[in-house]
Amino acid sequence: MIPRYQKILFGVLLVGALAMAGVLWHLRQRAHERLLEGQDSAPTRAPEVAPTEQAMLLVANDADGSLLTQARSLPLPADPGARARVILGNLLDVYAAPDAAHPVAGGASGIAQVFLMPAAGGKSGSGDELAVVNLTSNFVASHPSGLETETLTVLSICGTLHANLPQVTQVRFLVDGQQRPNLAGHADLTRTYLTTDAAPVAGGSSQ
Amino acid sequence: MRWIRVPSGLMVIPSIAVLAALLATSIAGAQSSPNGMIAQRFVVVLDAAHGGDDAGGRLASGQVEKAATLALSVRLRSLLAARGMTVVTTRESDMTVDPEKRADIANHAKAAACLSLHATESGAGIHIFTSSLAPLEPGLFVPWKTAQAGWITRSLALAGALNSALLKEGFNVTLSRTDLIGVDNMTCPALAIEIAPLRGADGKVTAEADDADYQAHLANTLATALLAWRLEAHQP
Repeated sequence: MIPRYQKILFGVLLVGALAMAGVLWHLRQRAHERLLEGQDSAPTRAPEVAPTEQAMLLVANDADGSLLTQARSLPLPADPGARARVILGNLLDVYAAPDAAHPVAGGASGIAQVFLMPAAGGKSGSGDELAVVNLTSNFVASHPSGLETETLTVLSICGTLHANLPQVTQVRFLVDGQQRPNLAGHADLTRTYLTTDAAPVAGGSSQ
Repeated sequence: MRWIRVPSGLMVIPSIAVLAALLATSIAGAQSSPNGMIAQRFVVVLDAAHGGDDAGGRLASGQVEKAATLALSVRLRSLLAARGMTVVTTRESDMTVDPEKRADIANHAKAAACLSLHATESGAGIHIFTSSLAPLEPGLFVPWKTAQAGWITRSLALAGALNSALLKEGFNVTLSRTDLIGVDNMTCPALAIEIAPLRGADGKVTAEADDADYQAHLANTLATALLAWRLEAHQP
């Protein structure tokens, strides 16, 4: 025969356990919602109302280590920083395509921001600019590791920036706003890249 | 800024004693110079990239890059030693070696060729990288970060020699320039060699970068090419 006080104690403990399970479930839901709200919801594509313009992409090819020029018609915003972000986003979309010659997952969302500022050491009055490309950690984490593939990604970003914004002569890279030693184990992200390092090979296509 | 002393023993030094010491060191350990002076002892530095905590990339076979580079380094070391070359390696096991320590090892070896070995699952064939630094005349003291600048001309010549040998053996070779910490700090003809999968005409992989036969073929070709490079260095 179970004493009455034990039955009451069991009941209280059961109710307590159920209540705590309910609270835990509620907290989990709230944390999940906070995580979703924290994701970057900024548009990665230019609004369709922007006028369509010709943009040049320097697309990397892993097979021969080349950079090929591709012309694209894109709606581009007037602000140079936003313009650079849209163009680079388009470049990364090319790499995220299933049959890409330089496959890198992530696409346009891999570019968080692009900041433009006067280049240090440039000729006074030349208008040379430094572009700071802020990559997302998701893009960097999914980038294949290798000397060639990482170098091509960096050079194609530098070359594409210079092809569309000729005043950009230097490029630096950040990952989630922080300096990082390398892209995926090889390409140095601590240095300032000169856009003259990225020269396309002859040939090209337009889409 | 960190500086490094280049072991060139014929620079003008105010102190006669220092000059004599430098000259003696130079004679005793005469190796190579950017101008390709005759070497008595032909030293090759093999730098198996990554290691220890730094696994490098992951290959399609599941192996990590640090293991594939070490395997290639071990193969190549044996072949070079069999050809009478002195081989210095930056690591012989799965250990962490700082990139600057690797350059330190290479610079102290006074090598005629320094090869940083990498492996990847991207691309195809063999990727040969030379430092993207602009060539400079080698001086007595050079900045640590751009120490390779004085050796770019010789590094490009070495890349050309290896490229020819690899093409002759049927390898698909890509020559590029890059900025790589470690190689940029070396005061020797230095290259980064990345072994990528072997692919057929349809682009399908026929051998991964860690395939034993593929690595053996590559190591053999590199050893033969370095032997030819040694003979070239001995030519007046």
